[in-house]
Amino acid sequence: MTRIHMAGAGGLLLDAADGPFNDTTQRRIWATSRELNARPEIVQTIPGVNNLLVMFDAAETDPAIMEELLRDIWTQASAEEIPSREIVVPVVYGGTFGEDLALVARFAGLTEEETIAAHMTARYSVAAIGAMAGFVYLTGLDSRLAIPRRDSPRLRVEEGAVVIGGGHAGMMPCTSPSGWHILGRTDLCLFDAFRPEPGLLRLGDTVRFVRAS
Amino acid sequence: MIEILTGSSLNTVQDFGRRHAMAMGVAQGGTMDRLALSHGNLLLDNPLDAAGIEIVFFPFRVRFHTGISFAVTGADCPVMLDDLQLPRDWAITARPGQTLTIRAPRQGARAYLTVRGGLDVPSVLGARSTDLKGGFGGLEGRALHKGDRLACVTATSIRLPAAGYGLSGACPLPPAEGTAVRVLPAAEHDIFTPESLKIFQTAAWTLTPSANRMGYRLEGQDALALMRPLSLFSHGILPGTVQVPPAGQPIIQMMDANTCGGYPKIATVIEPDLRLLSQTTVGAPVHFREITRDDAVQAIRQDTADLRTLTVEIAKFRAQLVF
Repeated sequence: MTRIHMAGAGGLLLDAADGPFNDTTQRRIWATSRELNARPEIVQTIPGVNNLLVMFDAAETDPAIMEELLRDIWTQASAEEIPSREIVVPVVYGGTFGEDLALVARFAGLTEEETIAAHMTARYSVAAIGAMAGFVYLTGLDSRLAIPRRDSPRLRVEEGAVVIGGGHAGMMPCTSPSGWHILGRTDLCLFDAFRPEPGLLRLGDTVRFVRAS
Repeated sequence: MIEILTGSSLNTVQDFGRRHAMAMGVAQGGTMDRLALSHGNLLLDNPLDAAGIEIVFFPFRVRFHTGISFAVTGADCPVMLDDLQLPRDWAITARPGQTLTIRAPRQGARAYLTVRGGLDVPSVLGARSTDLKGGFGGLEGRALHKGDRLACVTATSIRLPAAGYGLSGACPLPPAEGTAVRVLPAAEHDIFTPESLKIFQTAAWTLTPSANRMGYRLEGQDALALMRPLSLFSHGILPGTVQVPPAGQPIIQMMDANTCGGYPKIATVIEPDLRLLSQTTVGAPVHFREITRDDAVQAIRQDTADLRTLTVEIAKFRAQLVF
């Protein structure tokens, strides 16, 4: 059941989550986002995980009319596949670069090597981008590795940290506090404000982790 | 050209922020007090969103190396141009070599220094605002240090009365008895216990020292609780969102907030009232009052209309100036 909530006067949050993460729902979220972004009255949209935040100017556009429009577009949104690229991410696993590897292995009931293998075998998809510039929420994590986030976040997790948390995988585009668990480190530049396309990854891209040579 | 004479890790170049980069995960950013920055720019005949300096660390001193018209707006601070004391929300032209000193506020928390033409720093992802977390925008993506020099987009002065001029109705600042902000219910509002919803609106919440451009942590006597445990997927959040983490003490997301989060949201502070929060000092009480969406829209429209009226009045006044 899809719910539309107020997010201030000039914001609407469409929440289509129904139980576990749903891939089809996510493709409809992206389609709705694309359709809305083509309209001049929309300031921007932020696709989340099975949800969508829509921002507009409440002084210009009646929020009630916007809510109807959002519901209409969502109802008709198709779940078609979008063009996707495969991005390969080289990772140095464990040791000082992956201080939570042992903890995650214990949680999963696996050896450290089996944990790394489980992380590398999965095919991930960029479901959403956000929190910090260039951070991607990757779906597709092996369910054995679905360790909850830390009770209290680390105040500093280094740029490039390869992390898992709350059933998702991700990578730190900048040094920042985080409650996710650290498995390794990549030296890919995930976000650079001065590149023509600042973010390395796009919604729908496929990500594969390999061991850095 | 202006030269910063006092360093801090908190004083930054800000404009209206990045309205179209949140989908990349980039914070909206921009001035915490939109009205104060707008007033400064209006007095200088600048575009409303020209970049200025947001000052939260005092005393703040700058030297003018060229003749520059400037304005100081926002918090009520003792402001001196060399030995000349300036009234609140005032614009004046500095002579080369003069020093401006802005001391700690008597009321409010943030002062804004705007200059004729706006500060000339590169626009990154659509704005000149400093994004401290991302390390871009403003001056080299960082706070202003002692010795930094900033140029103005149009390095000129405008015609002003010799003693300067200002606004008769300065920006309202929150009174000492507390900041009252209007809110709309947010997504998880109805999942909070009826008692929590009552406490939310009646309690005097205290602003804790964990209050910065990313978020304002509040503290109250009673914690807010949900009727049932919730596990939410990550979703977009915008400035003004009032999140309630498991400990039950609310956090208001501010301009540099993360673009996505996962905590339950009880309410959203309406846009026109965010600036009142930005001028609230640590330890001061904050009160929430729920209004309807129609009232919120009305408040936003009123804000826009007021600014338009002020723009016309200032233009009329400037046209009548005789030199």
